[in-house]
Amino acid sequence: MGFAHFWLSGFDQIRTGFWAYFAVGLENGSLYAMIAVGYTLVYGVLGLINFAHGEVFMCGGFAAVFLTHGILGDRVANGWESVFLILAGIAIAGSVSALVATGVEQVAYRPLRRRNAPKLAYLISAIGASYFLQTLAGKEFGYGQNIFPAQVFPAGQTMFFIGKTPIHTIQVVCLVVGTAMFVAADRIVRSTRLGRGIRAVAQDSETSALMGVNIDRTITLTFIIGGSLAGAAGFLYALQNGIVQSSGTELGIYAFTAAVLGGIGNLRGAALGGLLIGLFGSFSVPFAFEGNISWTEIYTFIILVLVLIVRPTGILGEKSGRTA
Amino acid sequence: MNLLSRSSLKRLLAALLLAGVVTLMTGAPGGYGVPAYTGLHGSFLERVSYFGLFRTQRWFLFLTLGIIAWLVSTYYQRHSLTIRRRLEPVMAIPTQVMQRRTNRWVLIGLVVIVTIFIPKLVHQQFWMYLIVEQIGVWILLALGLNVVVGFAGLLDLGFAAFYAIGAYATAWFTGVLPTPAPFNHPIPTLWCIPIGVGLAMVFGIILGIPTLRLRGDYLAIVTLGFALIIDDFVGTQSGLTGGGEGSLTVPKFAVHVGPVHYTWGISPTPYYYLCFLFVVIFLIAFTALEYSRVGRAWVAIREDEVAAESIGINPLKYKVMAFAVGAASGGFGGVLTAGLIGNINPTLFQYQVSVNVLILVIFGGMGSIWGVAIGAIIVQFVTSYLDNYQPWGYQLNDLYMYIGALLIIMMIFRPAGILPSRRRQREIQSFEVDHEGHLDEVLTGDEP
Repeated sequence: MGFAHFWLSGFDQIRTGFWAYFAVGLENGSLYAMIAVGYTLVYGVLGLINFAHGEVFMCGGFAAVFLTHGILGDRVANGWESVFLILAGIAIAGSVSALVATGVEQVAYRPLRRRNAPKLAYLISAIGASYFLQTLAGKEFGYGQNIFPAQVFPAGQTMFFIGKTPIHTIQVVCLVVGTAMFVAADRIVRSTRLGRGIRAVAQDSETSALMGVNIDRTITLTFIIGGSLAGAAGFLYALQNGIVQSSGTELGIYAFTAAVLGGIGNLRGAALGGLLIGLFGSFSVPFAFEGNISWTEIYTFIILVLVLIVRPTGILGEKSGRTA
Repeated sequence: MNLLSRSSLKRLLAALLLAGVVTLMTGAPGGYGVPAYTGLHGSFLERVSYFGLFRTQRWFLFLTLGIIAWLVSTYYQRHSLTIRRRLEPVMAIPTQVMQRRTNRWVLIGLVVIVTIFIPKLVHQQFWMYLIVEQIGVWILLALGLNVVVGFAGLLDLGFAAFYAIGAYATAWFTGVLPTPAPFNHPIPTLWCIPIGVGLAMVFGIILGIPTLRLRGDYLAIVTLGFALIIDDFVGTQSGLTGGGEGSLTVPKFAVHVGPVHYTWGISPTPYYYLCFLFVVIFLIAFTALEYSRVGRAWVAIREDEVAAESIGINPLKYKVMAFAVGAASGGFGGVLTAGLIGNINPTLFQYQVSVNVLILVIFGGMGSIWGVAIGAIIVQFVTSYLDNYQPWGYQLNDLYMYIGALLIIMMIFRPAGILPSRRRQREIQSFEVDHEGHLDEVLTGDEP
């Protein structure tokens, strides 16, 4: 098989299965967007990348696994039970992840913040937190073995067709939940008192402290919002792909790429970047050599490096006023 | 102060949380296959008994640990001043001793003599292998990463990638991979040292030139991504790299120069001296580098990039240089590992390995060459002991958990390491004092 033939057949696959790839892209994209929100918010207030955010996402996934198995056992849910379980899963996974995110903030960031440590120290302690959580999860839940939640709706269930392409329930759920949670987060940041605090700290933390914003509380709140979105994403991701200790790092890189692509520090940019990266990843699947899925990762990584070189402020730029 | 006051109860909660984490860390691994001994059988909580924390008598350990931690912290809270005042003179003794030049030379002499005679002192082959593979090679890796993290202040999380590149280049050029060697002409392993080092350096420069313009955290995540991809690549491209099995038959080192014919065989002792030689060369070379023009440029960039640029230092050039030196030593470690162990597979070069090397640098003290070397010996000795004897519920895969925890602890309590480089320590302290009260900078750190 020649090289040209390989690319042509890739385009051919995209032409014939466009809607299927598009649906998968949107599904993954909404998950990436939900995780990217956490990166972008924390970057806004602290000015640094929360390396442990991928692990926050992973913890949410595991929480949902245990919750759904605890309630449902090995049955398959149906009807209103599914709806209830999805909502409960999102709530529990979100809260567990928010808790983990706050814990990371308290343990790995706050002592350094008290001491005014240099930036390298934050990075190193965040990486420590990330590896700690990842390996602890590996110890408790096994390495390299995907764990699935109980079936809150039959696996591979089709909701409706576009043309001849089946659209699965999980894809619709991901898109709907992702949109809803993103809109909620956007509203919180844009129009509530707490959100005003977040934006104020992002712009100028010293002045905002003088104006009576409680910085510690604002930072905690930021981690909670980012964490709960990531946790919900973890639950939805686990429904489709199962969850394993290393998913956090992998998805974390995708979501980080999304946040940078959209413009890190910019909430709407994170959503846009997430969807774009999701679609890009999905449409690059036919171009994986030997059908090896890790090529998607390589392509995404190339995008990340390109964006960082060409336009480090991303598509929408930084609203919080910092440049890369 | 009352034991039941609000702050005290807060401390109790923190202590219990800490105890819970420690109990989980040292407990048995979770798993559905293990029967639950908790009496929760059949109940909803049976799922929860999955965790090591809730099995058998671990409740007891958890509570005891929590209460002890609470009492100790309460005691410390009350008497912290006295304790600190008493500890200070004791802590200062090592620095006082080392400040004397004669003492320093005596110590170095002692260390050299002991290291030369180690093969005579250690009788077990097993431990000799460990010393070579786990300590000797890793000192080299740590010294290399120290140039990047310690000297230039760049966080490189892709070190494992260069390590892998070096090792796989060796396997490729000696012709033991599924792909034939270049020009179908396998070459001896020792010749692979310049090739592996050169290749790793080229990769380092290719990765570095676009990314080193970026801020520190972007660099960290890009290098992490790079390591992830290399890890993926060598693990899955079985046609090229042998996949998960890698290669079992990398030839041993051998010298054939004129009348000298020598092959490193099965006994670990010759490898030990080879490693020792390289470590000494690296120590001398990097010490020279530290005080050279390049080393001083690194310090200038690390402390204030804008100021460095204004006096005519090209930051990108020197950063790429640091990155290339780091990558080269990673590649060197890779070649050496391949030659020593004789078999390579992706598990040796997982992207987590970068963090393993990072902790050696952080623990010893960023930027302090002797600190890093000694830190590497201590940490690697402890980890190989843990891996081989598995005391206190330690399992093989737990390593990165402890490393992660150690990274956080070091950053909180001793960011400059156990044997800090004096310059680095001053930098950190002055940074912290300078930025006191400047909330904006406190939150965002130093913007380059």
